[in-house]
Amino acid sequence: MSASLEKGINALREQVDSTVATFFSSCVHCGMCADACLFYTETGDAERTPINKTEPLRRIWKYEYTLFGRILKLFGLAKPVDEKLLTDWETLVYDSCTMCGRCSMVCPVGIDIAGVIRKTREGMAAAGHAPKGLIGATQRAITIGSPMGVKLPALQAQIRHVEEDLGVKVPVDVEGADYMLLLSSMEIMNFPEFIGAVTRIFDKAGVSWTISSEAFEATNSGIQIGVSDLAAELVQRVVDAAEKLKVKTVISPECGHAYFAIRWDGPNLVGKPFGFKVRHILEVLDELRRDGRLKTSGFEEQKLTYHDPCQITRRGGVIDEPRNLIGMFSRNFVEMPEHGKMNWCCGAGGGVSSNERADDIRLKVFQRKKSQLDEIRPQAIISACSNCRIYLEDGLEEYNMEIPVLSLTETLAEHLED
Amino acid sequence: MTEIEFLSWVRGPGFQIASIVLVAGIIIRIAEILLLGRAANLAEPKGSEMGNGIRTIFTRSIPDAGTFRKSSFTLVAGYIFHIGLFVTIFLFAPHILMFKDVVGFGWSSVPTPIVDAVTVVSIIALLAVLVHRLTNKVLRFLNNFEDLLVWFVTIAPLVTGYIAFHRIGYTAPALIGIHILSVEFLMVVFPFTKLMHAFTIFIARWYNGAISGFRGVES
Repeated sequence: MSASLEKGINALREQVDSTVATFFSSCVHCGMCADACLFYTETGDAERTPINKTEPLRRIWKYEYTLFGRILKLFGLAKPVDEKLLTDWETLVYDSCTMCGRCSMVCPVGIDIAGVIRKTREGMAAAGHAPKGLIGATQRAITIGSPMGVKLPALQAQIRHVEEDLGVKVPVDVEGADYMLLLSSMEIMNFPEFIGAVTRIFDKAGVSWTISSEAFEATNSGIQIGVSDLAAELVQRVVDAAEKLKVKTVISPECGHAYFAIRWDGPNLVGKPFGFKVRHILEVLDELRRDGRLKTSGFEEQKLTYHDPCQITRRGGVIDEPRNLIGMFSRNFVEMPEHGKMNWCCGAGGGVSSNERADDIRLKVFQRKKSQLDEIRPQAIISACSNCRIYLEDGLEEYNMEIPVLSLTETLAEHLED
Repeated sequence: MTEIEFLSWVRGPGFQIASIVLVAGIIIRIAEILLLGRAANLAEPKGSEMGNGIRTIFTRSIPDAGTFRKSSFTLVAGYIFHIGLFVTIFLFAPHILMFKDVVGFGWSSVPTPIVDAVTVVSIIALLAVLVHRLTNKVLRFLNNFEDLLVWFVTIAPLVTGYIAFHRIGYTAPALIGIHILSVEFLMVVFPFTKLMHAFTIFIARWYNGAISGFRGVES
């Protein structure tokens, strides 16, 4: 056995706990998860059935953690976890899963399939079977501080632009601020308007906030690739900065997996509860709305819909907040046929967008989103994840659909009362 | 071995062996699951683990409309044969007498003609499930020996019970003996196969509900 394969198998072993054992013990091979997965519904490839993607971890559990499986193994009847299996499964685990978690909502016996796929990725990555694009993004995140290679001067330049445009100071490294805002590289490079929008809203609402020059990156490639050690290192940078600035709450920006990483996985990765709260920007804005600190004027005339980012909604619990906020500036809002916790993924989450090899399938499975949009024909789509935004735009362009994709925070900022 | 000897064996030693394998097997399986434990969640919760876990145990039996449309055959056939198994196993008068012998108390039965009809419907549903399994693309892909074995040991007691009740083709002791033997096959296979979901489904659904509920999502 090669050293990397052994590392992979050990990493899989570390993932086996009572949840994994219960889930595998309960699967009845009903196949319903396939119909919940856009990678099956849009391709018709049975091998992309969600539960099948967990096969490497299932074999470890069965032949090492059950009495009957161990007896089978003793008689040489165990199916092995070998290089071939991991090679064959790499495209299933990474290219054909956005960890959107829709399968976990549908499984009749209650298997959190997406959670088990996330665990399977730990073994795949440790054995060296992760996609190049994700390995590169993770390396850049560790060495440079950003998966896209964005450094502090780039952020400083964007901040200067915002300050010049708005005539308002963007607070950086302010000790004792209530909130510390994180940003995704994609926001810094592709959607700097987001920084301006938050600045305007917080300025009007009188929020005490700051950005840390030492830890401004919100994304966490370690989570996507499935390497907990690296994910923990990235979380720790945020923890150190938040503690140094003594902030009460860290705000995750409009980015799905970044929110999941810092809000739900973060404390578990670093092994202790945080001394501060973590909130998604939409949760913070909704709190301001509730407290009457957000004053808006005017309404969007166009027919709007909201694309629920999987990690923020289904996997993250931020479901009502965006709808409350959209209600402040839209009277022509339509839900997609399946929305909220049952929404369909854009097809680009969970590291799929960082994996060039998956470009074709990503665009193919976008047809699920397309058919949802075809049913309600909105004039604009609002979302709260910059990765969703970019790849919704990409998909819409591929299928010649001219629907603008807007940021919730930015649209809200446009309706702020002067 | 005569018919009577055969019947005595399956009702005596045969049933004892099957019962021991079933009970010991289930205990071992549940223990090897729960002893693994799981790490405490250190994040700040947005909702309740316990409440949502319990809620999901029940709500997961009712699919959302979109899921029902996509998986209607699996769901309807599944409901039919699961309810059918419950009625035939637990609400058939002679079975209740047997349970009374074991646990010391009985309960009301469903009229025999109804149990008879339920048996036929369940057999048809299970046959349809097999055809679906062998023709549907996803199910054919997932299908393995265990799936077929479990299907067989599940339908066998229904078929042998139906035949024994109607005394088709042979004398009563032999037919009842074969029926009991088929149940013993089911009992012996149970702990080592996906039949375990009859127990673990409650833990799995609880975990699913708890994991989502912690994050403020009802799953």
